[in-house]
Amino acid sequence: MSSTDPNQTVSTEAAPETAPTPVDHEPETNDSPPSKSSGWAVFLFFMIGFVGSILSGWILFPELLYSKKDQPIDFNHAVHLDMVSDECNSCHYFRDDGSFAGMPDLSSCVDCHEEAQTDDPEEIKFVDEYVTPGIEVPWLNHSKQPDCVFFSHSAHVIGADMSCESCHGDIGTSEHTRVFEENRLTGYSRDIWGHSISRLGKPEAGEPLPMKMNDCAKCHKEETGHKGACFQCHK
Amino acid sequence: MKIDRRSFLTYGTALVLGGAAGSMLTPAPWKLTDDVAIWTQNWPWTPVPEDGEITYKQSVCTLCPGGCGINVRLVNGRPIKIEGSKDHPANKGSLCPMGISGLQYLYGPSRVTSPLKREGKRGEGKWKKVSWEEALTAVAKKLAELRENGRPQSVACITGSDRGTIPNLIGRFLTAYGSPNYIRSANAQDAIEQAIYLAQGKQGTPGFDIEKADFILSFGSGLLDGWGSPGRMFNLYGNQKPAKKIIQIEPRLSDTAAKATQWIGINPGTEGALALGIAHVIIKESLYDRNFVENYAFGFDDWTDDNGKAHDGFAKMAKKFAPEKVSRITGIPKAEIVSLARAFARASKPIALNGRGHGSVPGSIDESLAVQSLNALVGNINKPGGISAMPDSNYAKWPEVNIDEIASKGMQQPRIDGAGSEQFPNTRFLLNRLPEIINSAQGESPIQALMVTDANPLYTLPDTAATKKAFDRIPFIVSFSPYMDETASHADYILPNHSYLERLQDVPTSTGISLQVTGLAKPVVKPLYDTKHVGDSFIHMAKALGGFIENAFPWDDYEAFLKETLNDQWRKFKRKGVIEIEHNLPEPLAYTFNTVSGKFEFYPTARNSATQKENSALPSYTPVPIEGDVQRFKLVLIPYDSIRLASGYMANAPFMTKTVDDTVLKNQIGLLEINPATAKELSLKEGDTAILTTPKGKATVKIHLYEGIMPGIIAMPRGLGHTAYSEYLADKGTNFNELIGPIEDPTSGLDMAWGIRAKLTRA
Repeated sequence: MSSTDPNQTVSTEAAPETAPTPVDHEPETNDSPPSKSSGWAVFLFFMIGFVGSILSGWILFPELLYSKKDQPIDFNHAVHLDMVSDECNSCHYFRDDGSFAGMPDLSSCVDCHEEAQTDDPEEIKFVDEYVTPGIEVPWLNHSKQPDCVFFSHSAHVIGADMSCESCHGDIGTSEHTRVFEENRLTGYSRDIWGHSISRLGKPEAGEPLPMKMNDCAKCHKEETGHKGACFQCHK
Repeated sequence: MKIDRRSFLTYGTALVLGGAAGSMLTPAPWKLTDDVAIWTQNWPWTPVPEDGEITYKQSVCTLCPGGCGINVRLVNGRPIKIEGSKDHPANKGSLCPMGISGLQYLYGPSRVTSPLKREGKRGEGKWKKVSWEEALTAVAKKLAELRENGRPQSVACITGSDRGTIPNLIGRFLTAYGSPNYIRSANAQDAIEQAIYLAQGKQGTPGFDIEKADFILSFGSGLLDGWGSPGRMFNLYGNQKPAKKIIQIEPRLSDTAAKATQWIGINPGTEGALALGIAHVIIKESLYDRNFVENYAFGFDDWTDDNGKAHDGFAKMAKKFAPEKVSRITGIPKAEIVSLARAFARASKPIALNGRGHGSVPGSIDESLAVQSLNALVGNINKPGGISAMPDSNYAKWPEVNIDEIASKGMQQPRIDGAGSEQFPNTRFLLNRLPEIINSAQGESPIQALMVTDANPLYTLPDTAATKKAFDRIPFIVSFSPYMDETASHADYILPNHSYLERLQDVPTSTGISLQVTGLAKPVVKPLYDTKHVGDSFIHMAKALGGFIENAFPWDDYEAFLKETLNDQWRKFKRKGVIEIEHNLPEPLAYTFNTVSGKFEFYPTARNSATQKENSALPSYTPVPIEGDVQRFKLVLIPYDSIRLASGYMANAPFMTKTVDDTVLKNQIGLLEINPATAKELSLKEGDTAILTTPKGKATVKIHLYEGIMPGIIAMPRGLGHTAYSEYLADKGTNFNELIGPIEDPTSGLDMAWGIRAKLTRA
């Protein structure tokens, strides 16, 4: 590399220092260029960096980026779904004005859970820590979108007659809550980006769909023939 | 392999480059770029609106007398948006910029958050928070003291309206207390109301059925600039049929003029002469409604009174206003006047309106009478598409007030403002005369205690300096304003009312609308601060004063009072929010007028003719005197109104100020409109800074060249130049009222000033 530097080769100051070195210590390789032996080494270091970063980028990075959190209560969807009459809509309902209520608040739960119905420790915990003192459960929302995004459940569920599962997966039949993987930078769930850090391939059947803007656009393109305009979601 | 300093750098560089190249083949950089972008949007100090259940609450806007219905959108019970209510007959869904930005009055920093007692000098801004008990007791004690000294009449109360239960409750308080000095702020309705009263003998709110009219002749009314009920006027423009003609007569190309069928520039202040000129042509060419004039009108022809004295009729007066003469006065070509008169008279449903701009200044009675005479000539009184006096809703029936001897003596004193006196028999309130009366009083001020609610006289009264001087002479001032406005900041006590979205009140018929509608303003949110309904404050003070005053208020609070007032209608009212009384117009062939003659009086016999020229009560044209020496002040300054600037007692919401063009306000300095030709004479250019001087005051302005203003005339907007409220409103532009003084109308005593002489010098 030093050979590319004209200043060093013609420099009168540099010459006396560099010239004796091969003579004193490595006289047998006097005629070979000094960088030949280090070329492989340079390549080696390059490859160490190259491979190391590929491995850490694919394996270590996702581990570092997401923290793992448990839901405040290990909720059993399956049990509840058996007992209600109107499927998902029983708790995740549409208000009269068509807006979507989202996560049910405590008032929807207290009708049944004024007192614990079973001796399930999670239910007892729910009643003691939340129902009795009247504190809303701080559920971790796997599908929460940034505030700049407008999304209408009505348009999709009522208007386009889509099922809940088509985006949210088989959550309704789950017996335990999933670990909530929270992006340390943004605070949003890993579900939004999708479990695959490369965003390649399709999620397995029953898994929730990723919910980045391109995912919206892709589905809209397939279903409506157009990706949609900016202001449809960014109002 | 030996690693020295140089090869270390070489290998290190190789490692880093390898790492960088490798990372490009991983998702990390792309994912991180995306995450960082999202991270920047979620910084904790970025405000994020709360999510939650959306509800709507119906109410009525009370920010201006327009009385539009509003629909307030709430998230989790927090008001977040105001929309026009489709169910209200006045505005049918439309709303003005002020109504839309109303939430800024609720949440804004100019709110008074608790009762305050002044510390330090008046207007210094030093206040001490006091409890409601302490504040109300202090005010009641002062009032009791004045009564004990036998001077209940030295207490005055200034309000924004005199209709509805709140003003009636305050009026009742003053009656029981013993003061005749209940004074309501003035506006153009006063002059029109009085003209209608003089001609028709009916006391009521003028109703203009402009929706059904097909030819609207507007003498300077800012139909699209905030005149009447703005929501209603937007609908008029939005839904107008192509056949509808709007003729706008004013000296300046306003937004209303720009959107009119025709704009006719006129010398300012000469509108009355034009109305008489039009009458002249209509009479001369026999285009008037013969049936109405011959059968239902009085004073059209010459007449003789009971004493045998001969009087001229309206036709003779109009004869003096031939188009040539009117053309000289108004500056409008003679042919234009003739064709305008013909078009007006031949239209199937013509209507003539007056009241300049927003209608904040009453104007001359002569002018209002002349315009009403035009309506009478085409016979559109009490007809669809015409004008009528809307009777006030008489739902309010309360037990009679019994008063004690002190109150009785006080009530027998003449009103301080001279309203209802021999000089001004038909005027009910004359706030504009108050400063002069106080300032010219010998010894102490005739007003010893002043209470102000829903009014801001220190901003809205002409001649701010004189008003301030008068207020300084009043020893005790109480403001009930929810906002730190100019008057509140000069008070001794502030007893803050709830803001308009937090209080209950009935809202009588909206200005100018020809329907008899009463709305109910319901609180859409619980009071955010330690405020009290002004009705409750007065009931509390009445109880503290005891005796007959206490007995006049058998109600626990304002709500109980309102409930009893509305009686069996309360529940319907509360549910619907609006009571609409079907207003049946009298049959055109059964015109009934309550005048002496029982007819529509072209010659208004109830008018005090002693102050008029030739002792004639007929509407005439006498130029309204304009203050200032012609030699010293070569220009004429007129105000203009805009829908984007609130000029009344409620200041602009900051959102509204944001919509104002930089040809109106720039870098805190107001712009003055001047015709390019006039500017050239004064060697002024666009954007120049100049000093504007009038006989009343001085202001720094910037020059804005505008072809839409007549040469020699300069114009600036009302509604700027606040000195109080908050940093978002104060010190922006100039308050027009600082530059003009009131001019008393000889008939009504109301302010009729339309402009003032002025001069401009380069700064």
